[in-house]
Amino acid sequence: MEAIKFEYTVSGDDFTSAGQASTDLKRKLKVMGVDSKSLRNINIALYEGEINLAIHAGGGDITVLVYPEKVEMYLDDEGPGIENIELALTEGYSGASDAVRSLGFGAGMGLPNMKKYADEFYIESEVGKGTHIKMVVYLQ
Amino acid sequence: MTFFEFCEKYSLKPLSKGEDREIEGGFAGDLHSWAMAKAEENHVWFTIMGNINTVAVASLNDVAGVVLCQNSPMNRQALEKAQEEEINLYATDKSMFEMCALLYNEMNK
Repeated sequence: MEAIKFEYTVSGDDFTSAGQASTDLKRKLKVMGVDSKSLRNINIALYEGEINLAIHAGGGDITVLVYPEKVEMYLDDEGPGIENIELALTEGYSGASDAVRSLGFGAGMGLPNMKKYADEFYIESEVGKGTHIKMVVYLQ
Repeated sequence: MTFFEFCEKYSLKPLSKGEDREIEGGFAGDLHSWAMAKAEENHVWFTIMGNINTVAVASLNDVAGVVLCQNSPMNRQALEKAQEEEINLYATDKSMFEMCALLYNEMNK
C-alpha cells in the first residue's frame, strides 16, 4: 500500500515557528485515527527534531510517510553536522547557545528523546555537510 | 476537579481559554524538552516560560492548561497563538511551588 506523504520546511533560527510541523502532523494523524500512545511518541520525536533543525542546523526538511502499520519521519539538513554523535546522544549534553537556553531549550534532551520515543532511530552526519535522520514509530 | 474550577478557586487570571478538562495530574518546569516528554494529557503545566514554544508544547501534549506563575511575562505573539489554538492559559502571582502544593492538595482530597 502506498504511503501518505507530508512534507514540511523548517526555517533556521526562527524559533517562533518551530513546532508548527509537529502540531500540523499531530492534527492530521489524529484525524487519520492514529492511537494516542503512538501519537505521543511521534509528537515528542518530531518536535525535538524540528527544534534541532531550527536551532542547530539553520533549517531543514521534514518528510513524513504514513503507512497503515507505521510512521516514518525523515529529517534532512545541510547544517554544520555533528562532530561526535555518541556525545550528542548523551542525555544532558547540549551544544545550544545561551540565547537558545533562555527560551527553554538546551536541556540536552533533543536527540536522546528522539532515540527514546522512536521505535527505530538512524542518524548520519558529516561535519560541514549536514545531518540525516530517520525515525520510525510503529502504530499500535 | 476541572481546570476551570481550579483556576476559579485560586483566582487565576485567564489569558486564553479553550475547552475545560478534568485534571489528571501536574507538571512543573521550564525546559521544553522535559515538559514535552514528562507532561501528559490533561496535566496542568506550571511554568514561568511564556513564549510561543510553550504554546506549541502545550498543544502537542494536550495538557489541561498552562499556568504562568509569578506573573511572568508572555509576549503578544505567544498570547495570540494560544488564543488561536484555544489553549487554556492562566496567570498568577503565586510561585510554582505554591501552585504545585495547591494542586497536589486538591488532587489528594
